Amino acid sequence: MSPRPFRLRKISNPPVISGFKPYGNNKKSGKEESVFLHLEEYEALRLCDYEMLNHHQASVLMAVSRPTLSRIYSKARQKIAEALVQGKPIIIEGGKIYFDSEWFSCKACGCFFNNPDKQVEIKECPLCRSSNFLNYEQSIEEPEESLTRCNDICICPECGFEKPRLFGCPCKDEICPVCGKNLIRKGAPHINSF
Amino acid sequence: MKVAITSTGNNLESKLDQRFGRCSYFVFYDLETKGIEFIPNPNKDTQEGAGPASVQLVASRNVQKIISGEFGIKIKSLLDSLKIQMIVLKEPEKKIEEIIKMLNN
Repeated sequence: MSPRPFRLRKISNPPVISGFKPYGNNKKSGKEESVFLHLEEYEALRLCDYEMLNHHQASVLMAVSRPTLSRIYSKARQKIAEALVQGKPIIIEGGKIYFDSEWFSCKACGCFFNNPDKQVEIKECPLCRSSNFLNYEQSIEEPEESLTRCNDICICPECGFEKPRLFGCPCKDEICPVCGKNLIRKGAPHINSF
Repeated sequence: MKVAITSTGNNLESKLDQRFGRCSYFVFYDLETKGIEFIPNPNKDTQEGAGPASVQLVASRNVQKIISGEFGIKIKSLLDSLKIQMIVLKEPEKKIEEIIKMLNN
C-alpha cells in the first residue's frame, strides 16, 4: 500500500533571493555542503516570524493542518540553525508547493481572472478593460473573521459580560470593558470559584 | 502580447469551449499584429494528462493570457508558476469573434 500523498503547500510570496552565503570564512564550501531550505519552510518562517502570525493562522494560509505547519516550521528553524552554527550557505529551492494568486471577478462582462504577478497591480479587467471588478475572496467572505474566530466565549465573572474568544488570545488576558476585571472562559471548570 | 482562447471549431463563428485541456481548437491571437491562428488540440482524446500537455503547448508559444470556460485542478498551480493569467468566462454561447472584439476595445 502506498502512503497517502503529500498535500501541496500554498505559497503566496516567492522569496526575493535564492539563498545566503556565509561571510568571513576562509574555508571554501561547495554546493554539496549547503543547506537546502525548501520553499515551504521559507514560507512557514515568513508567516510565523516575519508576519507574526500564530501557527493556526499560518496553517490556514498554507492550506495544511496546524500540526503539519508546526513540523515544517521546526524543520526550517533547525536547518537555519545548522547553517548559522556550521557556517554553511543556505539555498532556498524545491519543496512540494504551488504558488497562489489572487482572483478577481469583473462586474461588466462576468468573467473571473487571476493576477499571476504579485509585483504588478491590476487596474482593469483583461477582457473588457472595465475597472468595475472586485477581489473575489473579499466579495465572498471576510477571511480574517474565520481565521481568528473560535467557538469559545469569554465571560466576565463580575457582571456577566460576554464576548467571543479569538484564536491565540486567552480569555484571562482580556479585560471587561464594563467593570475592568479579567475575563474567564465560559464553561471552564473554575468558573464557580469566582 | 499573445492570448490563447479555447474554441469548439476552427473559424471565427465557433463558440468558446468550456474545457481547457480537452478543447477542440486553440486560438492564438496576437494583440499587436492582430494575427489569428487556429490550432487543433492534439490532446483532445487523451485518456490522462490532457491539461498539463495543453499547458505545455500553450506555454511554448509565449502566451500571457488564457481564456476558457474552466481550468482543471492540475492546471492552476502549473499556470501560476509559469505566470500565465487565467480568465474564466462562463458563457458557452460566446463566439470567438466577440471575444476578440472585447480584447481589442
